[in-house]
Amino acid sequence: MSHWPFIAGAYAVALVGTLVLTGWSFAAMRRAERAADALKGER
Amino acid sequence: MHILANPTRFLRLARPLTAWLGWGGGLLIAAGLGWGLFAAPPDYLQGDTVRIIYVHVPAAWLGMAGWAGIAAASLMQIVWRHPLAAVAARSLALPGAVFTFICLATGSLWGRPAWGTWWEWDGRMTSMLVLLFLYIGFIALAEAERERGGEGRLAAIFGLVGAINLPVIHYSVLWWRTLHQGQSIGLTRSSIDSSMLWPLFVSAAGFTLLFGAIVLMRMRAALAQQKVEARLRRMAA
Repeated sequence: MSHWPFIAGAYAVALVGTLVLTGWSFAAMRRAERAADALKGER
Repeated sequence: MHILANPTRFLRLARPLTAWLGWGGGLLIAAGLGWGLFAAPPDYLQGDTVRIIYVHVPAAWLGMAGWAGIAAASLMQIVWRHPLAAVAARSLALPGAVFTFICLATGSLWGRPAWGTWWEWDGRMTSMLVLLFLYIGFIALAEAERERGGEGRLAAIFGLVGAINLPVIHYSVLWWRTLHQGQSIGLTRSSIDSSMLWPLFVSAAGFTLLFGAIVLMRMRAALAQQKVEARLRRMAA
């Protein structure tokens, strides 16, 4: 049995999971901070 | 810690730190995984499958560290009522859950060629699965309390009680000797050869820094959201 498909699968799960989590958290932070800044400007 | 409990002071530090941790973590992950995949030697028994260690162990460490952080933040919330403690605990929960899931999935992908099975109800695997369920419970409870406008004290108690699972995970390989290997990395010595240990340290350091950046991003998002909600309430009044 070749081990490489299992290794590739493990790295794919880890990297995709980490990238999605990072991208989602970054987008949420930018969106929330922009909304807060916009509201500050309206004052 | 008490100094950082002030949101303004915290944000002044968190803004530059987010980028430093994020880019530093990304670079170390690339170096550690490249080293582990292409330069580190295969294991004399497991062959190339051992390369899964460079993603599996950092994920396991962060799954457990995430809950240790939740427990510490929960304690601060209950004892000192720090305004940032509940935000920190909530921001740690999803990243901790994701890394616990990654640990379980990569462990399963390692188990199939190494042990001949995708899953076994062994002490270490079962206690990690319990940790994933604890994270899901914490996320649901904290979100429900936040929506009701509560302080999150119930979630904080849950965070403290759930920490009982951490020593169970750690000592599970000693208490129940089943399929999962015993402890191979200690504070003073390790049974792993340094040619494999160094890329593992680099990878673990990279994932840890990135985890820190992700938590800071989520805390900044939560604080900005709180500010928007408070201002909208004031404008409506």
